[in-house]
Amino acid sequence: GSLPDQLVKKSIKQGFCFNILCIGETGSGKSTLINSLFNTNFDDPVSTHFLPVVRLRAQTYELQESNVLLKLTIVNTVGFGDQINKEDSYQPIVDYIDAQFEAYLQEELKIKRSLFSYHDTRIHVCLYFISPTGHSLKSLDLLTMKNLDSKVNIIPIIGKADSISKTELQKFKKKIMSELVSNGVQIYQFPTDDETVSKINTIMNGHLPFAVVGSMEEVKIGNKMVRARQYPWGIVQVENENHCDFVKLREMLICTNMEDLREQTHARHYELYRRCRLEEMGFRDIGPENKLVSLQEAYEAKRHEFYLEMRRKEEEMRQQFVQRVKEKEAILKEAEQQIQNKFEHRMLMHQGEKLKIEKKKKVLEDEIALFIEKKANADLLQSQASVSTPVSLKRDKDRKKNKGFRLELLCFDVRDEEIGNVHKQSKREREKLERERNSPRESQK
Amino acid sequence: MPLTAAPGPAGCQLFGYVGIEAVLDQMKIKTMKTGFEFNIMVVGQSGLGKSTMVNTLFKSKVSRKASQPSQEERIPKTVQLQSITHVIEEKGVKMKLTVTDTPGFGDQINNENCWDPIIKYINEQYERYLREEILITRKRKIPDTRVHGCVYFVPPTGHWLRPLDLEFMRRLSKIVNVVPVIAKADTLTLEERAEFKQRIQEDLKTHAISVYPQEDFDQDPDDRVLNDRIREKIPFAVVGADQEHQVNGKRVLGRKTKWGIIEGERSPLHPQPPPGYRGSARGAGELHP
Repeated sequence: GSLPDQLVKKSIKQGFCFNILCIGETGSGKSTLINSLFNTNFDDPVSTHFLPVVRLRAQTYELQESNVLLKLTIVNTVGFGDQINKEDSYQPIVDYIDAQFEAYLQEELKIKRSLFSYHDTRIHVCLYFISPTGHSLKSLDLLTMKNLDSKVNIIPIIGKADSISKTELQKFKKKIMSELVSNGVQIYQFPTDDETVSKINTIMNGHLPFAVVGSMEEVKIGNKMVRARQYPWGIVQVENENHCDFVKLREMLICTNMEDLREQTHARHYELYRRCRLEEMGFRDIGPENKLVSLQEAYEAKRHEFYLEMRRKEEEMRQQFVQRVKEKEAILKEAEQQIQNKFEHRMLMHQGEKLKIEKKKKVLEDEIALFIEKKANADLLQSQASVSTPVSLKRDKDRKKNKGFRLELLCFDVRDEEIGNVHKQSKREREKLERERNSPRESQK
Repeated sequence: MPLTAAPGPAGCQLFGYVGIEAVLDQMKIKTMKTGFEFNIMVVGQSGLGKSTMVNTLFKSKVSRKASQPSQEERIPKTVQLQSITHVIEEKGVKMKLTVTDTPGFGDQINNENCWDPIIKYINEQYERYLREEILITRKRKIPDTRVHGCVYFVPPTGHWLRPLDLEFMRRLSKIVNVVPVIAKADTLTLEERAEFKQRIQEDLKTHAISVYPQEDFDQDPDDRVLNDRIREKIPFAVVGADQEHQVNGKRVLGRKTKWGIIEGERSPLHPQPPPGYRGSARGAGELHP
């Protein structure tokens, strides 16, 4: 086979990727149109109007026609235009598109890369749904498109176009196109450089934006079933070129320019993203001496820079660490010192107390010893007194028993003199008692 | 048009014709517009018929001898590399063909490291492409001077591969697609040729030299079947012939000898050039992402 055939055969085996982004307000007819375009029922649940932020939902399908396998990804905006404050509406969309570019760039910059089998998720075309007001573009539309025109191929579409009459539609289209031009929005132009398609593409460029109607329901017209929308006043046929531009859109998007859309995405939008991103990272093609610097050299220089920075930071951290350790050590040392001081102080106090107590103990012991001695003396005296008066010994003893031991009644006093006194006193009293007893007895006799 | 629902991530049934297959035509048109670049290198000792072979393959005078017809051929002292570029066209498809010849290869008495200039050249082309690819602002279409295939001419000894052949093919098969061919195959009878091929195949296997089409790059079972058939015939036995003669009333390319006219393009006798042509064209196809 010829060379182009070989290439085509290889692409068939690889399969094609095509990614469409649909931007439009909730209820503008996005899902129905996609279903109609690809003649399938993609499972797409209806969303509410009450979502707080704009989100994007991507779904991938595999379609096969003859021997061509198409990996189709449809990305829908959910909640676009529903918020009260729509200032940030376009940001999630821009972020999503950039994220796909970034993923591809990362793969391309890998050392061991597999671009051949990479699933390309970059958005190839953006279908922007304009509300069929019949007047002009909304400011949200202009803002969004302005932020996207350098990142993605935009094809503006008027959705649910069966609500606009023919004359209104012409005026509407003109107004939209002039507004886009005056605001500097770059929409996708169908390529006119190749003679096989330039004629049809030029004509189609003049029909933008496409006014479309989508439907998956079929109505019987004549003896055929066609896709259409049935109203009490008539039937709008999706594939009738007099009724809407659906066929034109399908022709342009799929049959004629799918490959060009993919190429523009890769060669223009992606390259622009890549250039900006690499410049952002600090890479340049022309070095400081106005000489060509290769990416490799720049990368090496950057790596060296980072390495030095890392070493510097490491050193800094190490210094900090050492400093902290020193500080902590000092604190601990001081605390230790304090504790030591306290300990010594306490020890001294303890010793002092101990001495005091020892002293007191000694004194007490002395007193006890003395007392015992005195007691012994007293006992001795007592026994001597009982020996010297035997007659009255018994009586004395009785008397003593009855009256108790006088010595015992006396309270103990530590002082020597008092014991001595008590002693004498007791002796005198006894003698006195004895005289008294003896005398009355003697008188009684 | 037959419509099938592919069992993909979401099994979708197509209810009617969409026109997806039109993308194939779009691709064809695009490739025809941009054209192709194909660079091959021919390596072998002088006198093996390299230049004649290249002329035959592309049915035009593209070899270096064609562009310097009157100069005296001198065997150079070192291996030189000479590249000649032509643009050939067939049925609206343009191809920029570059043939790099290596006069002096294997011609010295001491041929040690005679492959070094060749390896250096191949790596230089890769380096050049890489530099272009990693620029910040890069060209839309990077000029591709990388060597897509290297045709190595084995002298028709009928015995085995020589040490020089083995060394060369071993080193180069790691960095480029090597297609070994038996040069001047008309000096071998059909049986001798079959035996020679057998021995060469064994030799290649013993030394773990993987020539084109490499087994590692077989993409799927169909590919493998096709490639196995080609691998059976390696190395291709070629006869270069760039002069036309009359055979049975037809004009054919052939070599006229006293014992007959050897036709360059007759399939049963010579599996080349058609498979060889296919080989090179396949090479081109597979090297263009």
